[in-house]
Amino acid sequence: MGRKILLDKINVPGIKTYEVYRREGGYSSVEKALKSLSPDEVVEEVKTSGLRGRGGAGFPVGMKWSFIDKKSGNPRHLVCNADESEPGTFKDRYLMEYIPHLLIEGMIVSSYALGANLSYIYIRGEYMWVYKTLERAIAEAKAAGWLGKNILGTGYDLEVHVQIGGGAYICGEETALIESLEGKRGNPRLKPPFPAVKGLWQNPTVVNNVESISAVPWIINNSGADYAAIGKERSTGTKLISASGNIKKPGVYEIELGLSVYEFMNSDEYCGGMETDRPLKALVPGGSSVPILPAHLIYKTANGDDRLMTYESLSDGGFATGSMLGSGGFIVYDDRACIVRNTWNFSRFYHHESCGQCTPCREGTGWLEKVLWRIENGEGREEDIELLWSIQSKIEGNTICPLGDAASWPVAAAIRHFRDEFEYHIRFPEKVKNRNHFVTEPFEKVKHLVVKQEI
Amino acid sequence: MEHNQHKHYTQEINITPQLMERINELISHYPEGKQKSALLPVLHEVQDAHDNWLSIELQNKVAEILSIKPIEVYEVVTFYTMFNQRPIGKYMFEFCQTSPCCQRGVEDLMDYTCEKLGVKVGQPTPDMMFEVRGVECLGACGYAPMMQLGDFFQEHLTKEKIDQLIDDCKAGKITLHDK
Repeated sequence: MGRKILLDKINVPGIKTYEVYRREGGYSSVEKALKSLSPDEVVEEVKTSGLRGRGGAGFPVGMKWSFIDKKSGNPRHLVCNADESEPGTFKDRYLMEYIPHLLIEGMIVSSYALGANLSYIYIRGEYMWVYKTLERAIAEAKAAGWLGKNILGTGYDLEVHVQIGGGAYICGEETALIESLEGKRGNPRLKPPFPAVKGLWQNPTVVNNVESISAVPWIINNSGADYAAIGKERSTGTKLISASGNIKKPGVYEIELGLSVYEFMNSDEYCGGMETDRPLKALVPGGSSVPILPAHLIYKTANGDDRLMTYESLSDGGFATGSMLGSGGFIVYDDRACIVRNTWNFSRFYHHESCGQCTPCREGTGWLEKVLWRIENGEGREEDIELLWSIQSKIEGNTICPLGDAASWPVAAAIRHFRDEFEYHIRFPEKVKNRNHFVTEPFEKVKHLVVKQEI
Repeated sequence: MEHNQHKHYTQEINITPQLMERINELISHYPEGKQKSALLPVLHEVQDAHDNWLSIELQNKVAEILSIKPIEVYEVVTFYTMFNQRPIGKYMFEFCQTSPCCQRGVEDLMDYTCEKLGVKVGQPTPDMMFEVRGVECLGACGYAPMMQLGDFFQEHLTKEKIDQLIDDCKAGKITLHDK
């Protein structure tokens, strides 16, 4: 059994309520931090823990906190990013829905560390009932004296509010989130200045993911060193993985970083193996934006080492043979999946979600979608694969925010690893007219048709 | 872009005292002078109270309440997918159609639902009771196929569950909003 830090209490009956949460030791980290630690000591503890941002980028949380501008004297804010929308990712909702007070406890300690007196949780619009759950939990916490003026008689004041979004993936990007929190369209800002200097209402702001903030109470109750002792190398602690696709047991799992991908996929404690015992075809290990891995690169790296669930091991080999841990959105595909259709599906997503500010992304994502759609529907042209490659390479790195990169990478990886499947679609259009073409006849069975023709 | 978006639809505006109280509570979450920040939450509340859509007149009313320019409201309403600019079916079945849900057969399920209701995607039934939409990832990939209905998610869907949901909607057993 792997160690549980975030989910150890999630099955306690009634843990959603303040009474039960408190009885189980909840809010003790607030007592400890506010009464016996200075804000800087809390920051140091989190730095020592090695905790890395759990939203996808993996940037060290303590370091991000240390960048916040304290010199200007402007009010500071902590903003929790609960705009979970990366396809394949559904872990934050699990925490907020079933153990909402854990996030609020983390918000209080983290706000204290930053010297913030007004903090927000920005949650995606579609999680409307979770928004209500959090509002009720905040009211309970406030009634019990954990929020408001002069908390625990320490002189520290804090208000936390939840803000609801309106349905836009881009608002998961921190500067777009801030714009949205200001009541505007979710257009990412040019950086610098970074939010740590000019964020919400031009005040110094830190934006952290739900899972990152929820790990803070454990770190304070135990210690940064204890947290750092879990995991492997620079991937410390535990991580929530949202597993979906063709596996026996889809769901949210907490793992100790360093677990092997093989064990995560096949152990009964986690995914439990393939849904219908069909062959594993591909894996997207960290949400739709990260490169897809073909079967032979999932359990082993290109060097033949075991592939582990860590930031380092999943990216081993770079984009040529590796991928990324990302948000932990673990999507599994069996042999019935069509990689072309799946790539088109992702491109449609990015096209739909592009905010439209930068031309390469606004136009390019639409072109990717269009070209992929015609290949998938048996109307592809010989030159389309090169065209896709060219478009994605011109979006990547040429946009204000990482959505452009996120739209490019899945296309590049699909072509890199599954080029023969694209060729098959172009050369045998009649065989792909039915959208479930590989359900009835998996690609493995028809692959032999795609051989280089003798001239 | 739906062509009928340019048609002018009208609706009766009714900002009840309870609704106004909730709006004021939302505004109080932000510092003095930053009431524009409440725009998204306020639009959700106002939309919920007006058959789940926002006419231009209603958007102007929101601008007035928040002391901002109407254009600032239009900008937001047109950007975010959850704000509807035309009358929509009362029970809107919003199927997640992103990759993990597709791996679990959502496309066939959407076809089944449309056929059963006799509609196409994005087209309400003539009595305005139902509408089917395909939306992007709702963050419930492990419980696929799934859809959003009102404020709630319906997960692990099957044809039988769709049949049951349609019957429950017709019988008025489905709660749309968590108030």
